[in-house]
Amino acid sequence: MQNTKIIVGLGSCGIAAGAGKTYQKIETLIAEGNLDVKLGKTSCVGMCYREPLVEIHDASGVYLYGDIDESRVPEIIEKHILEQKPVKEYLVKTDLFPTPDDSFLKDQVKITLRNCGMIDPEQIEEYEAHGGYQAVKKIAAEKLTSADIIKTVLESGIRGRGGGGFPTGLKWKFAAGYSSPEKYIICNADEGDPGAFMDRSVLEGDPHTVLEGMIIGGYAIGASDGVIYCRAEYPLAIKRLNIALNQAREKGYLGTDACGIKDFNFDIHIKEGAGAFVCGEETALIASVEGRRGMPRKRPPFPAQSGLWNKPTNINNVETFAGIPWIILNGAEAFANFGTEKSKGTKVFALAGKVKRSGLVEVPMGMTIRDVIFNLGGGIKDDKKFKAVQMGGPSGGCIPEYLADTVVDYDSVTATGAIMGSGGMVVMDETTCMVDVAKFFLDFTCKESCGKCTFCRIGTKRMLEILERITNGEGKPSDLDELIDLAQQIKDNTLCGLGQTAPNPVLTTLRYFRDEYEAHINQHKCPAKVCKNLLTYTVNESKCTGCTVCARNCPVNAIDGERKKAHTIRQDACIKCGLCFTKCKFDAIEMS
Amino acid sequence: MRINRINKKTPPTDPTVSNFSEIDKLLAEYKGRKGTVIPILQGVQEILGYLPPRVFQKIADNTGIPVSDLYGVATFYAQFRLHPVGKLMIKVCHGTACHVQNASAVSSAIEEALGVKDGETTSDGLFTLESVACLGCCSLAPVMMIGNDTYGKLTGAEAVKIIKEIRQKEMSTTSDPVNNK
Ligand SMILES: Cc1cc2nc3c(=O)[nH]c(=O)nc-3n(C[C@H](O)[C@H](O)[C@H](O)COP(=O)(O)O)c2cc1C
Ligand code: FES
Repeated sequence: MQNTKIIVGLGSCGIAAGAGKTYQKIETLIAEGNLDVKLGKTSCVGMCYREPLVEIHDASGVYLYGDIDESRVPEIIEKHILEQKPVKEYLVKTDLFPTPDDSFLKDQVKITLRNCGMIDPEQIEEYEAHGGYQAVKKIAAEKLTSADIIKTVLESGIRGRGGGGFPTGLKWKFAAGYSSPEKYIICNADEGDPGAFMDRSVLEGDPHTVLEGMIIGGYAIGASDGVIYCRAEYPLAIKRLNIALNQAREKGYLGTDACGIKDFNFDIHIKEGAGAFVCGEETALIASVEGRRGMPRKRPPFPAQSGLWNKPTNINNVETFAGIPWIILNGAEAFANFGTEKSKGTKVFALAGKVKRSGLVEVPMGMTIRDVIFNLGGGIKDDKKFKAVQMGGPSGGCIPEYLADTVVDYDSVTATGAIMGSGGMVVMDETTCMVDVAKFFLDFTCKESCGKCTFCRIGTKRMLEILERITNGEGKPSDLDELIDLAQQIKDNTLCGLGQTAPNPVLTTLRYFRDEYEAHINQHKCPAKVCKNLLTYTVNESKCTGCTVCARNCPVNAIDGERKKAHTIRQDACIKCGLCFTKCKFDAIEMS
Repeated sequence: MRINRINKKTPPTDPTVSNFSEIDKLLAEYKGRKGTVIPILQGVQEILGYLPPRVFQKIADNTGIPVSDLYGVATFYAQFRLHPVGKLMIKVCHGTACHVQNASAVSSAIEEALGVKDGETTSDGLFTLESVACLGCCSLAPVMMIGNDTYGKLTGAEAVKIIKEIRQKEMSTTSDPVNNK
């Protein structure tokens, strides 16, 4: 038992799955049994689909167990720790023999996520032991200049991971070119795309790498201060960042002569967002940090020239910063060896939706979407038919199954009408209605529009109304042309990325799934059986046993029938909530 | 734009005076610093649970920032509330991943069980229901958050069961006779 260590994954997703209780249970059992076992914490390794995850290191090897809720802890302790027999049933990964889950990790290349799930994010020593703060030490020891660093970053080919894909080195070069005693470097941790969680995982799992990336960026552009703009919905990320900041200050990585570099006085502060998607846009973010309504403004001047408090400012995404220390340590070439001609390195994707293994993956640019979803993601839940994948969130689009061999790089994804975005991949199957998805995103952008540009404020509302009409079965054949016309006008007449890309979800679904729109409009049918107002529920009399479950559960008493006799649904009273459909044990309720 | 956020229904009551001392402390802490409107409003909301009208005047007097600006900020961001809320917030995620995995069934089951609509508070003042966009636990979709705890892989029935358990627990720990009936 000696030298045995148990590590529990305590990221937000793990905690939501019960990892906190798992941890406590292990702690109790160790204490009760007086076991000579160390207990540690880490964050998310990306296998969210098997949370809570527990890793055991002992003399024989390393074992990662999945789905270990509180109730399974005694069994694991009993068998693995006391009897020294690994419990194969829950094993996710071990070096000793292959497991079905190996294919999730096999083709991943972890640069950004290199420490996530490997170290305790609340211990700076663990980050240091894994090569942490070596990049800044290298800069100090080799007396690298701002120009040297910018050159390396340029040569690595890394492009902004926040969605725009602008070359990071070029951005730093611009910012470095404006001299000012006050200059800011900002980390965009607003992660507003609903359905994406890459940045959260990095901040929770390896906050120090983001800080180190910011320190390097700050040194390269000559910044006096750093700001992390983090969404308030990520309390755990904020907590761990605060711990990391204090540790980094104590160790001299921040402050006067930071990292031992003479006259490099640099500190970082956190600003909590207050819930506005548009604040992910650079100029809106700046307005929000200054304490105003987060409304974007016209550019130029670009933030590099006049940003926060009208001083030169550089903004990068969390994932962009997280890759920088690795690039400085391993060299531009090592990074550029991964990826495609114009998109270098690796990209983190948040796999979610109707995919078997949802979680976080990091793959080299150039892998096909199909490989990401089927090899890594394990395919579609319940082996249903894969229909489309949504990339780029509200600014992106739905890529249909027949384009799944598109490779992930900025230009190939843009060619489909979607965008690479920040890395959200929401997988959809045959039971997802594409018109409903388009409506969902328009509803989102309509609510999140800051209201400054008329075409964004009112145009998105008009598009939403049309989509509502269509999903209610009241669409007109002319609606589709009107949607396209409105989309073009919104794209042409808005100031910021929110408005300019807001029509994309509608345009891509219209391009690839026009038949679904037409079925809603012409036949008043929702082929995926999602749009409530187009559904009718009926009882199949030959299957109905008259058990009365449906009638008892119907919230509006729209189901009649005697015990042991077939029931009927009164269509005029039915509110189409679908409760009878889900409650019936005999599949006697039919939906059409 | 979230026009519907500006709800004109019940005029909010002002908090008791004792709470203001904490706000004074908060204002003193931020005194003289720039860019503090959002952290001040967040701090006040943390103390009082919402932003009552009197507080705007107080912040304006203290910071010199006009009430109109403060109100502009408070109505712009989804986090700020101009009305009191229940003891626990039930945040049902309606992000993309949750949406395609039937988050609306979770919401309607909760609405049905608690007898409130999105944005409303239960009559016992225990829960306020709110739909939000993405809690960052998309791999566990559909997801809801109650207080500081997140629950994943929900169905409508499970969500209601969790809420009922919490209500039971809250009732047994409170000595308030109204809530104990
Ligand atoms: C409406 C809108 C929302 C955005 N949201 C985010 C976000 O949540 N996180 C992010 O990093 N970038 C976001 N961006 C992109 C940023 O404006 C900016 O391009 C990025 O932070 C720059 O960093 P990068 O070059 O490292 O990608 C958003 C842009 C727009 C127009
Ligand atoms: S979409 Fe619901 S947690 Fe992300």
